[in-house]
Amino acid sequence: MKRFLNKVGGFFKKQLPRIAKKVKTFTVQNTPRELIFFRIIKFRKSNRGRQAMIGYSFILIWIIGFLIFSLYPVFYSLYLSLFKVRLDGADIQMTFEAFNNFKAAFVLDPYFVEILLSYILNTIVNVPVVIVFALIIAMLINQDIKGKGFWRTVFFLPVIISSGPIIGELIDQGATTLPSIEDYGFVNLILDNIGSFLATPIQNLLETILLVLWFSGIQILILLAGLQKIDRSIYEASMIDGASPWESFWKITLPSIMPLISVSVIYTVVSMSVFSLNEVIIYIRTIMLGESTIGTLITGYGYSAALAWIYFFVMVGIILLFIGLLNIKSLNLKNVREMRRRRRSRI
Amino acid sequence: MKRFRRIKTFFTDTVALMKQKQYKEIGNKFKRFFVGMKFTDGLLYKILIYGLLISLGYIYLYPILYMLTNSFMTMADIIDVSVKWIPSSLNWENYQLVWEAINYPVALKNAFILAIFPALSATVSSAIIGYGFARFNFPLKKLLFVLMIATFIIPPQITMLPTFRMYSKYELLGSLKAFIYPAILGQGLNGAIFILIFYQFFRMIPKSLEESAQLDGASHFQVFLKIAIPLAVPSIIIVFLFSFVWYYNETYLSGLFLRGSDLLTLPLRVDQYINNYTSIYPEGSRARELMQAVKLAGNVLTILPLLIIYFFTQKYFVESIDRTGITGE
Repeated sequence: MKRFLNKVGGFFKKQLPRIAKKVKTFTVQNTPRELIFFRIIKFRKSNRGRQAMIGYSFILIWIIGFLIFSLYPVFYSLYLSLFKVRLDGADIQMTFEAFNNFKAAFVLDPYFVEILLSYILNTIVNVPVVIVFALIIAMLINQDIKGKGFWRTVFFLPVIISSGPIIGELIDQGATTLPSIEDYGFVNLILDNIGSFLATPIQNLLETILLVLWFSGIQILILLAGLQKIDRSIYEASMIDGASPWESFWKITLPSIMPLISVSVIYTVVSMSVFSLNEVIIYIRTIMLGESTIGTLITGYGYSAALAWIYFFVMVGIILLFIGLLNIKSLNLKNVREMRRRRRSRI
Repeated sequence: MKRFRRIKTFFTDTVALMKQKQYKEIGNKFKRFFVGMKFTDGLLYKILIYGLLISLGYIYLYPILYMLTNSFMTMADIIDVSVKWIPSSLNWENYQLVWEAINYPVALKNAFILAIFPALSATVSSAIIGYGFARFNFPLKKLLFVLMIATFIIPPQITMLPTFRMYSKYELLGSLKAFIYPAILGQGLNGAIFILIFYQFFRMIPKSLEESAQLDGASHFQVFLKIAIPLAVPSIIIVFLFSFVWYYNETYLSGLFLRGSDLLTLPLRVDQYINNYTSIYPEGSRARELMQAVKLAGNVLTILPLLIIYFFTQKYFVESIDRTGITGE
């Protein structure tokens, strides 16, 4: 008996540290050197550790929000895109389809590819126009002109007003085309002389030029802020060295606001892509809200989630394309050679 | 006045030179007058700048002018080809129609409620988050920052269905909470931009200010409340205004989350009314053509509050840009 009890006691004695370890997992420990939450998150009680803890407490609300409202929906929709989803009142019926939804978008769907292609072409044509106009306007406002406040008010107006229905109304009424462009045979001239592949986006651009320009409100602000940060004395120095305004634009202004141009390119692509009157968006929405039938694959939530993901990757692709184009200049051969030489000498 | 005097002296000088038959000098004078010493101070340059400004300004103002003038037109005016810009009489009927149909004061009040509360919560949360990102170093900071920017790029269509289901599960649909909760947690409409604005701004405050406050015994939270926030008033105003305008104009998400409730954004309300109204009349009928003007009147009523707000806060919108870091470098 005694032996048996001893055995039991010994067993628990052996187990005790393990249990204690397990209990420790769920506690907050306050050792002299560290503050440990659940044994995983450790904050050293150094200055840096304390800073980290306070920093985390400031952005904690963002982390929670990100997990709930961004990360979870993103993964859930990625998961949905692999299924055929049918809503029966409150409950969902799902059948696993692997990548068939994605395949169907390119193979079965009669409209999607066409809409997507026209979106890509239009975006690629429109974004540089927006950026160039925004830059021109920002530089104009940055000049020494009379009535600065008035001009700023005018050019910033679109940000206030542009919203889905109103812009839609204006498109319906034809208020987004400048009448003077249509009056001349300019559009026809382009259509006659260039292949339709290129001419259609250009025609679209001319027809919706107002709409396109109305997208440049925030970009003007971004570039204007960048222009104002350039030191005036650099211009003066270059002028003394005999640079013309044209030269100083290319050698001083443009390089100094280059990062801001990248920012505004990203902003333009995103705002154009999530704009509620964008064709692709409308198409995805109609599919999402449309009744899903059993037989065909190209309806329902799962399919629309797949479309949204394809759309997202295309959008990222366009952004990367533009950023790549903007950075091509800095990657010229001389720099590469220089970098290689440096690396070799370091070794 | 100064310019006139310059023109006057220019003419008198040239006349004097002509009398002396110094033609080369006259050429130089002309050149200096039109092109200036370095082109940017000549008359030609001024003409170029103002020409561009006026033509671009016309492009920007055209839709608004179009909307304003056409909303006053009677049916006869719309059909009449000769009436293009100025309506034959100031006709308030269209406005009256819309005003009564949507019960404008109530609709406006609802739209303001719908915009103000999410905008306020977005401002508060993005100030806190922006401060956290700007002033503290912690592990994984870069990763979290990139993720924050990524939330801006992800189109709402991707996250819409799961969010919709989540909201319906927790019965947030059809109430203001569907907008306030994400805004409080920094995930509101364009939340990433606002966090970036505050991030830029708080990074500019010198560290020594914070350190001296800490020497006097202030905690980090006290520094945030007593020093950083009072300094950030311009950023707070600009973030609130932007957020307000974006929530006010929002149609996509609110059309989904608030369907069937009393709370509707004003653009949606006008849209709804117009759709109901047009469906009564057959395609191509006279009454439908009249609708054009009514629609535009509705739109003018929608943006009018924004225009008034913009008019009074214009200074903050456009002049505080260099003080607040909207650039997001």
